[in-house]
Amino acid sequence: MGSHPIIERLEERAAPRVLAWRPIAVSLLGPLTALTGVVWAIVQPYRVTLLHPRGESFWWLVVEPPLLVVVAGIAFHLLVARPLVDDLERD
Amino acid sequence: MHQPPAEHVHWLFATGFLLLGLFLLAEAIVGPEVWRRRPWRAYLWPSFVFLMGVLMWPVMVFFTSSTIHMLAHGAWAQVMMLAGASELALARGRVSHWAWRLCTPFAFAVSGSAFLLHEQNPWFFQRSAFLHHFLGWLMVLGAVFPLARALRPRWVVANTGFALILVVVAVALYCDRDLAPVFGHLSPLAGTPHR
Repeated sequence: MGSHPIIERLEERAAPRVLAWRPIAVSLLGPLTALTGVVWAIVQPYRVTLLHPRGESFWWLVVEPPLLVVVAGIAFHLLVARPLVDDLERD
Repeated sequence: MHQPPAEHVHWLFATGFLLLGLFLLAEAIVGPEVWRRRPWRAYLWPSFVFLMGVLMWPVMVFFTSSTIHMLAHGAWAQVMMLAGASELALARGRVSHWAWRLCTPFAFAVSGSAFLLHEQNPWFFQRSAFLHHFLGWLMVLGAVFPLARALRPRWVVANTGFALILVVVAVALYCDRDLAPVFGHLSPLAGTPHR
């Protein structure tokens, strides 16, 4: 009988720790994706034709893979991850 | 405005697959209850797959230079629309039988087979040949994850594996070039690499 309050208190403390990694993991997905795009742009700067446009056609200026990865990461973070983390934290 | 080069179309689809992978990874992390707390999220990735299937049709019409390429792109368009539509119907509650979930692993198997069947050159002929073989086997073998997900929808391993397969597909599509060597190999029959 005497040990019940202690067990309850321990469980109350342990539960948020177990669940806490989920919002962190979701919040990291977008920034890590965008960071991958930035690293790619640094490793292969010639893939970012905006940095040195020399008579490039329209599509070479618009579709630049490292920038697409950065945009995908940012869009995911703002439009999907943030509302999802809000929902998680409401729990 | 000219048509985009084929590699640009691959990169745009790579971005679509990357977003799909991120959606599914987030769903695998938080679980279906939290993911579906906002109704629009339940429809997010199935409608995205359906849209990518629709967009594959103009790719089939404007970017294929041979019958076998046209058939492969047509097959991808059809199975992506089938997978997207069946998952949309499941999310909406229009269908409830578990067998509808098999449409997604079926789409994987058909897509992978289409990659393998329409590539006529060996692995190291050039980069796109390598990527066709790689993507083909990735999707055929990777179909085990959506299959496991269909049988056990809450299994975290299956959901995470499904998402990561799509991220790897995105990486492979980003690696695509119209004509480039792969690991230093380029057949003299392939032509002159550019960019």
